[in-house]
Amino acid sequence: MKLDTAKILQKKKKQILELWMKTQLVDFSLREDLMSNDELSGQSEELVDALLQTLNTASLDDAQADAFEPVRDVLDGISLSRAKQGYSPRETGMFVFSLKDALLGVLQQELKNEPVQLYEESMKISRLIDNFGIATFETFIKGREEVILRQTDEITEISTPVIRVWDGILAMPIIGTLDSSRTQVVMENLLQQIVDTSSTIAILDISGVPAVDSLVAQHLIKTVSATRLMGAECIISGIRPEIAQTVVHLGIDLSGIITKSSLASALKHAYGLLQLEVRKSIANKS
Amino acid sequence: MDKIPILKIGHFLMVAIQVDLYDRLALNLEADLIQAVSKYNAKGVLIDISSVSIVDSFMGRILGNIANMSKILDAETVIVGMQPAVAITLIELGLPLKGIQSALNVEKGMELLQQKLPAEAPLEDDDSTF
Repeated sequence: MKLDTAKILQKKKKQILELWMKTQLVDFSLREDLMSNDELSGQSEELVDALLQTLNTASLDDAQADAFEPVRDVLDGISLSRAKQGYSPRETGMFVFSLKDALLGVLQQELKNEPVQLYEESMKISRLIDNFGIATFETFIKGREEVILRQTDEITEISTPVIRVWDGILAMPIIGTLDSSRTQVVMENLLQQIVDTSSTIAILDISGVPAVDSLVAQHLIKTVSATRLMGAECIISGIRPEIAQTVVHLGIDLSGIITKSSLASALKHAYGLLQLEVRKSIANKS
Repeated sequence: MDKIPILKIGHFLMVAIQVDLYDRLALNLEADLIQAVSKYNAKGVLIDISSVSIVDSFMGRILGNIANMSKILDAETVIVGMQPAVAITLIELGLPLKGIQSALNVEKGMELLQQKLPAEAPLEDDDSTF
């Protein structure tokens, strides 16, 4: 008498779940700090449900079949949420692989007398679960990559803020290396802000630029010239001694540009250009 | 044929370029403007290019020419209202427009020209009695 594996497994669903939970709970990699046992059993049940339901339609022979799509969706969800909760990929992988033990355990009991069939079915289930395990890894990596991409975007966004320090004075701290694409963003942002706020002075602070080579200097000169074309004055501040040394050693001519060592002195110069004066107020102490 | 109007405001001439400058128009503008500078004995020329969104090297050269010619006729040239994209294009083309002053808007451009004027202020009286 040949028994249908799918039927057996569906019948023994409760047993499988219990067995699986037991394996997971004794596993030393159980992370009670990240997820409560109730939550864990909820996730496990969801996965077993999805798997057993698809076994109705899908054949165990082909683990890549589209029929397993619902199971993969559930796995994707679990993998993503676990990635966010701080699980390591190994822990998520172990979670899926431990299902194999449960399934095979039940199967062994049921097919005790059919060694050939037991062997065949075990291989199939093994392959299927391995496949699912790999799928979780893929999703895990995809999730991480999305995070990295978002961060890259954020860095480009936040790394070029234009600050209005005074009426008619803008400051732009540049942090990180200036390459051509960055310069383009910096220039566009700065010029647009100059138009929007009709400021006459822009201070470019390069204290966060690790190194200035001839290319970076070229970019700076371009930005300054463009600002001048717009009718605003551009001051470069935050020049560290090492940068001054490299600039001179490279023979870069910055004589046409107003350069200051600190943002404070640049601001002071800007006040001078706008004929403003900053004074200490004399408090009425008497 | 399109013609760009040249307005006289006090000692200054003002031109607002509001159409796409094709080459012939630009050359005509150059000639007309220099004629006007000489005719009105203008002390400054204000060119508003706030509605110009496309420039090429020819346009950059014309602007440079106007500035240099006016300079010879003792008039300052100020370009006002340049769009960021235009400024970036000119820089990328390697045309930093040396010798031309720029200002953010007409108001600031006028201020700039007025600042240049005081040295010649005594002349003003002579002009009025003329």
